[in-house]
Amino acid sequence: MKIDRKIFHRWAAGLLLASALLLMGASGDPTGQRFDRLGHNLMCQCGCGQVLLECNHVGCSTSEEMRKEMKLAMARGDSDDAVLAGFVGKYGPTVLSAPTHTGFNRVAWIMPVVIFIAALGAVVLVVRAWKKRNPKDPTNSGGTSGGTPVEELDEFRRRAREETSL
Amino acid sequence: MPQIGSFTLLLGLALSVYAFAAGLFAIVRNDDRLSETARRAGIAVFLAVTAASGILVYAAFSNDFSVAYILHHSNRALPGPYKFAALWSGQEGSLLFWCWLLAAYGLILRLRHKADTRLVAHASMIISAVQIFFLVLVNFAAHPFALVTGAVAADGNGLNPLLQYPEMVIHPPMLYLGYVGMTVPFCFALAALIMKYPGEKWIHITRRWTMVGWLFLTCGIFLGSYWAYRVLGWGGWWGWDPVENASLLPWLTGTAFLHSVMMQEKRGMMKVWNMWLIFSTFLLAIFGTFLTRSGVVSSVHAFAESNIGPYFVYFLALTFATCMFFYVRNRSHLESEHKLESLISRESSFLFNNVLLLVSAFAVLWGTLFPVLSEWVTGHKVTVGPPFFNKVNIPIALFLLLLTALGPLLAWRRTSTESLRKNFAIPAVIAVAVGVALVAMGYIKPWVDMSYFYSLMTIMLSVLVAATIGSEFIRGGLVIARHNDSNIFHGMYLLTRRNTRRYGGYIVHVGVIVTMIGFAGVAFYQNTEQELGFGDKMSIGPYTLVCRSYTQDDKPNYSSEWAILDIYKGGKQITTMYPEQRFYKASGQPATIVANRSTIMEDLYLVYTGKNPENGRPIIKAHLNPLVWWIWAGAHLILVGTIIALVPNMQAKRKKPSAGDGQARAPADETSESRAAVEAGGD
Repeated sequence: MKIDRKIFHRWAAGLLLASALLLMGASGDPTGQRFDRLGHNLMCQCGCGQVLLECNHVGCSTSEEMRKEMKLAMARGDSDDAVLAGFVGKYGPTVLSAPTHTGFNRVAWIMPVVIFIAALGAVVLVVRAWKKRNPKDPTNSGGTSGGTPVEELDEFRRRAREETSL
Repeated sequence: MPQIGSFTLLLGLALSVYAFAAGLFAIVRNDDRLSETARRAGIAVFLAVTAASGILVYAAFSNDFSVAYILHHSNRALPGPYKFAALWSGQEGSLLFWCWLLAAYGLILRLRHKADTRLVAHASMIISAVQIFFLVLVNFAAHPFALVTGAVAADGNGLNPLLQYPEMVIHPPMLYLGYVGMTVPFCFALAALIMKYPGEKWIHITRRWTMVGWLFLTCGIFLGSYWAYRVLGWGGWWGWDPVENASLLPWLTGTAFLHSVMMQEKRGMMKVWNMWLIFSTFLLAIFGTFLTRSGVVSSVHAFAESNIGPYFVYFLALTFATCMFFYVRNRSHLESEHKLESLISRESSFLFNNVLLLVSAFAVLWGTLFPVLSEWVTGHKVTVGPPFFNKVNIPIALFLLLLTALGPLLAWRRTSTESLRKNFAIPAVIAVAVGVALVAMGYIKPWVDMSYFYSLMTIMLSVLVAATIGSEFIRGGLVIARHNDSNIFHGMYLLTRRNTRRYGGYIVHVGVIVTMIGFAGVAFYQNTEQELGFGDKMSIGPYTLVCRSYTQDDKPNYSSEWAILDIYKGGKQITTMYPEQRFYKASGQPATIVANRSTIMEDLYLVYTGKNPENGRPIIKAHLNPLVWWIWAGAHLILVGTIIALVPNMQAKRKKPSAGDGQARAPADETSESRAAVEAGGD
């Protein structure tokens, strides 16, 4: 099935415009969202090992108390950082559900990104090196159609589709 | 009886040592008779370990509290199925269960030795070495038949209440079948490396065994999630707990192997990579077991802290050293026959898929171990919880979804960008249209929060994958339907039967996207908590909950209290739900029994969190969790797809020429079918 390139571009442009218009009409529930976000940045200290808003201990008074503290801090007008710092001051650094972006904790965040970029870079370099090393090696082609240009391969596939009525 | 159990374990160890040593000498001396005795000793190990496991189960059923393990993990009132499950509920019993599963896998491997006698002899020797390690553990470090000192108690301490659920009867066996199952492909891969196995047969055997292990591991992981969801009562199904992460690590590397192995089978590439993926999968399965049982990381799921950690460290080091030794010695055997030709090809999509899966595995491992590292470096422990894992892994998962969509559109060797663009256009338009429709109808507001944006992206990419896979099925199904004069559905059925691996794999991908859509619902979870007296109401989403009554009961194993809640939607009563809380007498621990009403759109999930001590009224926590049903539906599809992929291909029958067709027609049909196979199947 062929698609006219112009029609495709018009469609894509139309969809992007529609998305942009919808995005402009943004609205939300800042207080509820903030409570939820901060509550997921803290661990319950009752020993359940769970995020504050997800503590499942039956009748857990610790999580109830911590939630109240959080609501109070928010009502006082504390910033997100101040709310979290208050909890760290009271319960210690393990109250945070993820490492901070300071000191040695930065390493926790940086390493996966470094590994990700290094791995992707390595793959690209390896593929390029392979291509350079043996650009016309007939064994690279899988045997039967050595060195077949990509356009020709596409043509074979197109003909196969046509001959199978697709 | 415990003494007989101890004796059978020692016998099992002695037989394993013989199977290993005799197997080794038989290989060195090329002695077939000695090799046969090693094989039979390996089979006898199964009988010995089965007897030991049977004796421990018998001890549970006969309430033999002179056995310390039974005293700590069972009690008289415990229902039969849970007495059976006590076998894997504690450290010692679960290690014995591990031994039994390993012996069972070894039995199958040894019974099928005629597939390739020499390869199986090598693999059998390696599996005996692994068996020795686990039998040393249960004989000397974590003895399941250890006796209590002093007077024998009248009743046991009971099973942990969190384990007294039907899901827990099948979840650990499935998970262990997966963990232990990864030993078999490891044995075959190492065997092939040791003996410089000529040809590719070993990789086919290894792939099939990996799929079996992967199937069980997937099943175990999803059952664990289901258990966490239905039992723990926090409304979620994955908490990035170290023990959960430990099960994910070999799953990720196993998944990477199942993709990259196609490059080796198809084009003789990536042999070193595949070998190390299999080694890593096995090492991570053992490492996960070490994490769960050594107390290195704290987890709500972990076994009690014990002294078996160093055993695992030595075993891991020895295994790694063995793998490295044979790799260095025989690496010339693993040279690739072909090289990658283009970045836009099926091969490179597998390569990128592997990179993403391994980066994800690294991120999970890194996050799991970072608290230990942080304490070691700075002296302070930190928590690495869900926010870290979600932030790191969600973008990777989205990239993987994109590759899942692209993969079927890419040809082996090279694909032109023009061809890719042409094939990609319609699925991309469909995906974008669905995304815009979801935003336009107000279901998702991606600007409100990053999690909403991720949800939208997940759904759009899932639609993209569905569209590309759907087009593959439709195209191939149409060809076969036309050729066989049947309908498209029959055509798709035949297509799948003729290339089970490829189309089973596609069904697995469909399962993955259905599961991912379920994951996308997390952004919209909501909950509320309220004390409810007679006739009191609470609301969540479109539901109104009315407390009809609350009551309590007493049973031999536990006492319980629960609320009876009528559920209304749109002013009409749709059902009655019974959230419950139990108090187990033997262990003295409470547990929640969640009441859940699951529909395709959302789960109404009710937890009895306790009662007000002043007036006795129940406190109910209600969760409204959209799309959870999709997670379990996706899991079923993944399992079905994997089973289909394991079934051998059906050979295409040649169409008999009818009188009118004439003989000359047959070759044309055959050619057409061959082309169709290339076009639609081709693995």
